[in-house]
Amino acid sequence: MTSTLSTSPLLAAHQLDVAVSGKTLVRGLDLTLRGGETLAILGRNGSGKTTLLHTLAGLRPASAGTVKLCGRPYAEHAPRAAAGLRGLLAQTQSDAFPASVLETALIGRHPHLGRWAWEGAADERIAGEALAATGLAGLEQREVHTLSGGERQRLAIATLLTQQPQLYLLDEPLAHLDLSHQIAMLELVQRYTGDCRAGFVIVLHDMNLALRYCRRALLLFGDGRWREGPSEEVLTAESLGELYGHPLRELRDGAGRYFLAA
Amino acid sequence: MPSRRRALLILLLLAVTALASVAVSLAAGSLPLSLGEVLRALTGRDAGDVGLAGEVVRGLRLPRALAGLACGGLLALAGTLMQVLLKNPLADPYVLGISGGASVGALFAMLFGLPLLVMHAGAFAGALAAMLLVFGLAHGDGSWTQTRLLLTGVIVAAGCGALVALMLSVAPENRLRGMLFWLMGDLSQADSPWPGLVTLVLGLACVLPFSRDLGLLARGELAAQILGVPVARLRLLIYALASLFTAVAVNSAGSIGFIGLIVPHLVRLATGNDLRLLLPASVLAGGTLLVAADTLARTIVAPQQLPVGVLTALLGVPAFLYLLSRQPQRGAA
Repeated sequence: MTSTLSTSPLLAAHQLDVAVSGKTLVRGLDLTLRGGETLAILGRNGSGKTTLLHTLAGLRPASAGTVKLCGRPYAEHAPRAAAGLRGLLAQTQSDAFPASVLETALIGRHPHLGRWAWEGAADERIAGEALAATGLAGLEQREVHTLSGGERQRLAIATLLTQQPQLYLLDEPLAHLDLSHQIAMLELVQRYTGDCRAGFVIVLHDMNLALRYCRRALLLFGDGRWREGPSEEVLTAESLGELYGHPLRELRDGAGRYFLAA
Repeated sequence: MPSRRRALLILLLLAVTALASVAVSLAAGSLPLSLGEVLRALTGRDAGDVGLAGEVVRGLRLPRALAGLACGGLLALAGTLMQVLLKNPLADPYVLGISGGASVGALFAMLFGLPLLVMHAGAFAGALAAMLLVFGLAHGDGSWTQTRLLLTGVIVAAGCGALVALMLSVAPENRLRGMLFWLMGDLSQADSPWPGLVTLVLGLACVLPFSRDLGLLARGELAAQILGVPVARLRLLIYALASLFTAVAVNSAGSIGFIGLIVPHLVRLATGNDLRLLLPASVLAGGTLLVAADTLARTIVAPQQLPVGVLTALLGVPAFLYLLSRQPQRGAA
């Protein structure tokens, strides 16, 4: 993994509009993410979290505004070059045809391999490390369709780690994971932001984990409004109550703050 | 995932099998020849030298075997591509109505007793018309989902099927047999193997560089797009190529069933799902299967000839069921 200390941020959105079938969900979003930063996106179902994430990944055009990856708009990146810089953990994984766990993780090497190249020992080592980091060591030869929901989710994360991008866009990475794997996943994020100076944008539904693990937070209200800033400031009982349309209580334990549905 | 060496080994093995099937088809028939005689017939300098054997091998059996090899390869390749395009293991080269269009064109020419050349032109025009119709309708509103494509194809195929039934029911007795044979697939009408062979080689050259991208596309559009595959362009390319392959194959040998559906699955069950191996291996296996089936079709009840499509099904179905019931052993990476 290379550390980037270039002047341009990993990800920059300027006056970005995101719309689904004519309805504007996010209006005029300005966002900058540098290596080593972690941003949580929170919002109700259907508030545009996934659509925004896909727009930030360059997979769908913005209704208005610009998205830049490492200082350049997606149109100026070749698709494979962009895939070497940013990765996306999608909400669902489909598999029409059978494949093993190792084969699935190795597809992450695609952007790094030449047209006629085959995965070599180095690629298998990277995939093996990613599988170990997600607690899947020893399952390399298992068929994907025999895995549990949580194991499949961790395999998708391992595939993303095998891709080795600098910008990670994670759509509900904690879905299907049990408590210990949720924490392990977020600690993995911490390690990557620390050691590798990677940047993370994470769609989360758990505001307590967002507060604890993400330095910054972006709230999407679903009607075009948004609020972005340091998690400590943005995540309050009042703003979250407005966000989810349900009152919350804030508990304090020493320096820690926790939210509970009232 | 097979290593590159293992993949090359498998391909070499399949190539040898394909050669063997061609050799057997050159030797077998109403004039049985030994392999030595076949070799002499092929390498002999002047026609007087090799006599009747040379004429039979060079003039009849070789073009037919090569046409079988090409058509089987094209159908298997088109089937593999269609399964990737539609992400549906049940897809085959005919699922999008291309053979239906070709059948309508060819049978129309046969119904009126038009010359062979017109029949070929009719089949090709019918295939292209069906392909453009399906693509135009499925692409109509710009959103191009595989469900929409599949449905449009199935409907166009059903319409063509009705037209074919209509033509068969009004056809005069003396032309009915030829029409039925064409529908079931018949290599004796393949007059030159070259269009098939050239299409196959050029097609493979177009497809193989993208085989890893195709493997990603088979896993889902989003996954492929994330990893930098130009999904829209690639889908258009494989749609056009698979249609063209099918049209060329149907044009030279009628609509031969089962090869395009079964061969990709056979190869997948035996070697795994890596398209870098699956694509060329399917071509070789499809060619071999069709040559073997055709050899049987013209020797079992000689001098009578059976429609080769019946034989491909009779050979393919048990082999397929056997492989499906066997626990796939894919441990060796």
